Amino acid sequence: MAEIIQEEKGGGKKKAKKHAPHIDMTPMVDLMCLLITFFMLTSALSKPKIMQIILPDAQKSNEPAPRFLTSRTLNVVLGPDNKIYTYAGSVKPEEYNNLPPLTETNYSATGIRQTLLDKNRTLAKKIADFKEQVLTGKIVLSPDSVLSSIAKLKKVDDTGPLVLIKAYKGSNYGNMVDILDEMNICGIALYMLVDITWYEEKMVETAAGITSTAKAAPAK
Amino acid sequence: MPKIKLPTKSPHIDMTPMVDLFSVVLTFLMLTATMRPTEPAPIDTPASISEKKTPDANIMTLVLSKDDRVFLNFDNGPDTILRFRNKVLALMGSRYNIEFTPAELTKFEKYSASLGVPILKMKEFLAIKDPKQMAAFQSGIPIDSTDNQLAMWILFTRQVNPNVQACIKGDTKTGYPIVKKVFKILQDYKVKQFNLITSLEATKINIAEIQK
Repeated sequence: MAEIIQEEKGGGKKKAKKHAPHIDMTPMVDLMCLLITFFMLTSALSKPKIMQIILPDAQKSNEPAPRFLTSRTLNVVLGPDNKIYTYAGSVKPEEYNNLPPLTETNYSATGIRQTLLDKNRTLAKKIADFKEQVLTGKIVLSPDSVLSSIAKLKKVDDTGPLVLIKAYKGSNYGNMVDILDEMNICGIALYMLVDITWYEEKMVETAAGITSTAKAAPAK
Repeated sequence: MPKIKLPTKSPHIDMTPMVDLFSVVLTFLMLTATMRPTEPAPIDTPASISEKKTPDANIMTLVLSKDDRVFLNFDNGPDTILRFRNKVLALMGSRYNIEFTPAELTKFEKYSASLGVPILKMKEFLAIKDPKQMAAFQSGIPIDSTDNQLAMWILFTRQVNPNVQACIKGDTKTGYPIVKKVFKILQDYKVKQFNLITSLEATKINIAEIQK
């Protein structure tokens, strides 16, 4: 391809060249290497990843709100300045004037993740064991059935917490993705994004030291 | 003992097959590489552990920038011959009583970056020749309840392409209220399952931590 072969002309007067002229192709190869590396890296790394979320049906106003077991509920309120506030259970109407304190934590591995793992120990261990078995080859499954098996483990679980994620208006989108990601990391079976209530806004504002902008209690 | 004299000859490696192979690979990569248009707003996506890849076609991306503007982008479907972008804009036009010429529709089809132009300014926007002027029109798609153009775009995109999947691409610093509004619109228009576009960050929890 790159070698040029000169045909000898008849006559025999000229002295025939013994070797075909060689073109030094090293710079070309260098350039091609660079281009290939560039294209390979850009095409392989450009694909962003996606995290799937499923929202429930929009709630109709005439339907009663679903009831939860408060003993398993963990409320996670995403606060301003990358802080998370948590409290367990729920706030009863008689506590509105004396709101329970919030526990402050953050998005690091020692913060909210520790809290969630503490609550979700049994299930997280089951999932981790299962993943370990798949990795070491004790169980051979296709990636899809691994996912569905984990989903099944989560479905039958009745020990883990029910996490209600509430975002205060000062939080941002990154906080929301982070907390959803933590749910995946810790293998929480039940979690949902819910609207923040007025008393939770008040609790966050007290804890963060912001002058209250929350609406007062609705008239009885 | 007499020395053995080796004939001095520069070692020449024939690189022709290597060059051949390289050019084939290079051509392949160049042809498959997709041109990425310049986005109207820089988006710094948050990281997650999710390893799922974004699908190639049938996606509708809602871009939420950190200055609370909402942009929309959707593709032409699995095959460009389907020309979904054209049809959606024509439907939008009929909803807002704007007649788009075939030339304008084609221009819209070719414009592949995210779109944040209110529909009433779309005609003006499509008439621009200089791409540098386009930024001035990207004020974000209105999402107020009185003039919810985003909802209309979502509705028509889903009407034209029923297989479309919604993706949300938000900046880490986008305020939560705008995210909530967009979620509400999606929920109202029966888009219950959607994807959040994130960048990959591998995190693993060790079992020891759990057993403690």
